[in-house]
Amino acid sequence: MPTNVDFKALMDLPDELGHFGPYGGRFASETLMSALQDLSELYEKLSKSPEFQKEFDADLAHYVGRPSPLYFAERLTKEVGGARIYLKREDLNHTGAHKINNTIGQALLAKSMGKPRIIAETGAGQHGVASATVAARLGLECVVYMGAEDIRRQALNVYRMKLLGAKVVSVESGTKTLKDALNEAMRDWVTNVDNTFYIIGTAAGPHPYPKLVRDFQAVIGREARQQCLAQAGKLPDALVACVGGGSNAIGLFYPFIPDKNVQMYGVEAGGHGLETGLHAAPLCKGRPGVLHGNRTYLMEDESGQIAGTHSVSAGLDYPGVGPEHAWLKDCGRANYVAINDDEALNAFRDLTRVEGIMPALESSHAIAYGMKLARTMDKDQVLIVNLSGRGDKDIHTVAEIDGIGI
Amino acid sequence: MSRIKSCLQELKVKGRKALIPYITAGDPQPGVTVKLMHALVEAGADIIELGVPFSDPMADGPVIQLACERALVHGVRLVDVLDMVSEFRTTDSVTPVVLMGYLNPVEAIGYETFLERASKAGVDGVLTVDLPPEEAEDFCAGLKRNNLDAVFLLAPTTSEERIKQICDVSSGYVYYVSLKGVTGSASLDVDEVATRLEAIREITDLPVGVGFGIRDDKSAASVAKVADGVIVGSVLVNKIAELASTPDSIPQQVADIIRGMRQAMDA
Repeated sequence: MPTNVDFKALMDLPDELGHFGPYGGRFASETLMSALQDLSELYEKLSKSPEFQKEFDADLAHYVGRPSPLYFAERLTKEVGGARIYLKREDLNHTGAHKINNTIGQALLAKSMGKPRIIAETGAGQHGVASATVAARLGLECVVYMGAEDIRRQALNVYRMKLLGAKVVSVESGTKTLKDALNEAMRDWVTNVDNTFYIIGTAAGPHPYPKLVRDFQAVIGREARQQCLAQAGKLPDALVACVGGGSNAIGLFYPFIPDKNVQMYGVEAGGHGLETGLHAAPLCKGRPGVLHGNRTYLMEDESGQIAGTHSVSAGLDYPGVGPEHAWLKDCGRANYVAINDDEALNAFRDLTRVEGIMPALESSHAIAYGMKLARTMDKDQVLIVNLSGRGDKDIHTVAEIDGIGI
Repeated sequence: MSRIKSCLQELKVKGRKALIPYITAGDPQPGVTVKLMHALVEAGADIIELGVPFSDPMADGPVIQLACERALVHGVRLVDVLDMVSEFRTTDSVTPVVLMGYLNPVEAIGYETFLERASKAGVDGVLTVDLPPEEAEDFCAGLKRNNLDAVFLLAPTTSEERIKQICDVSSGYVYYVSLKGVTGSASLDVDEVATRLEAIREITDLPVGVGFGIRDDKSAASVAKVADGVIVGSVLVNKIAELASTPDSIPQQVADIIRGMRQAMDA
């Protein structure tokens, strides 16, 4: 583990080849290398262009509905009895989650490359919906890959994507969840690389994806920082966000990286419990390896085969994690913890009951840890939890667990 | 001189092209692989590409993904694949063996351990699909130290500048992926391949093997006219899948496909 890391210097990562310390990089098959190179070059150019930034900001304001509020959860704070809990309301974005911030950005890249077709992978369906949405808006063909198991769990989002004109392809290989959907999307891209733009939904994959997804999601943290200063009169003492691939977490964390007094907590899916092995918590329990184009922490067996994962939330059910999180962990800049299925479900109910806000099961992991953490903090301290998505899509799952057929 | 280099030089002198079958180690069960390797050599294979099973073979189509799954049911690990090569070497010290697979199983046991053991087992070259040259500096140095050849892929989308960069770190042969897609997908266009190979040959003297989309005697023969080596995978693996319930029949019947291709290539 590196010592005396200059936190401010972490902001300059990744390097030219996409490395965050030993993590990240570009581990892709040769057919994709030139497309990745082209995308890197285009992004370097556009990210410095004021016109591009202006167009992105305008779309976020008028189409997504940003800025999203920073909401003081007064009753929840009272009930918990600790730090003041603020919720960054990404659930109020158009399409109901933070995912749209990234698809708006990547769609602008697809448009400027003149690609008529976009593909995406999805777990909970939020990224699939966000991709289908921008495709509809720009008149692009859209194909979404989704694990067969997730299609079952997230029927509502599947139908939304179809209404938006996307083709949803059921992935029957492997564990039939997010990682297999990613494999299948990569296979499509290798085959159709000439006319297709691949919108990766999380801050993982081969360079430049972890960087550009982070940059597009960092609007969350920039807004939260300003809002917190304005509303609470100071920077937050801690940030909490759920981590599957880690895009909402890195979006919130990134602008706070140099603020060394702001503690960061990424919450992984503890599934049935870390000790059972049935979870999706590579940062807590995995080790470094290479999958899906980047080096990062993975859940794998001793011989390097990727392990099956379990989480009640489809969006966190992934054996890898974005490479920047891997490096923030090793550098000691962020802490990574786990919340079990049951704790997340309780948080889902608590927030619904106390604040009238129904969180996505993914975000419920962050809520659960936020409540735990707030209890250990002083009443004048401030905690921001990223409420990354809304829970409508999960009502079926929760009802099923309650034994109620809808 | 490496076994791969001398094999390909010898073929060149004889005016023949290399026939390079790919099979996934341990598919459909571990006991079949070494017998099948010997049968392939007997039927006219010059080099064997032995696939290391991986749970997430992103660059492969469904045929090879299922082969990996069949092998993984038996818990076939990278170290087991090396044991298969050792066993093969007890009666064949001539035919080069190239391991083909993904990086993570190698990362799991560590570069040094893997390379030393591979060299000791009698492996001749390594092709790691998801390890491009820009990430492979340490790995290539290790290959060299252990006298193993570094086989890399070239694709239809690879620029001339990259071809040069890749060939600079390659040895043995380079593997030209004949089409944009995964293994076992469409058929290749021989004229297009011929044009690309011309461009590649202006940049490198390394022998060029061509794979992806070669599925019968005819396509093997026409690729042999323009390439130094013909790489065949999915059509063999499909046959193995068909015969999975009668594993004893696999070596003979899969070798028959290679025999047919050999004859067509040499005709």
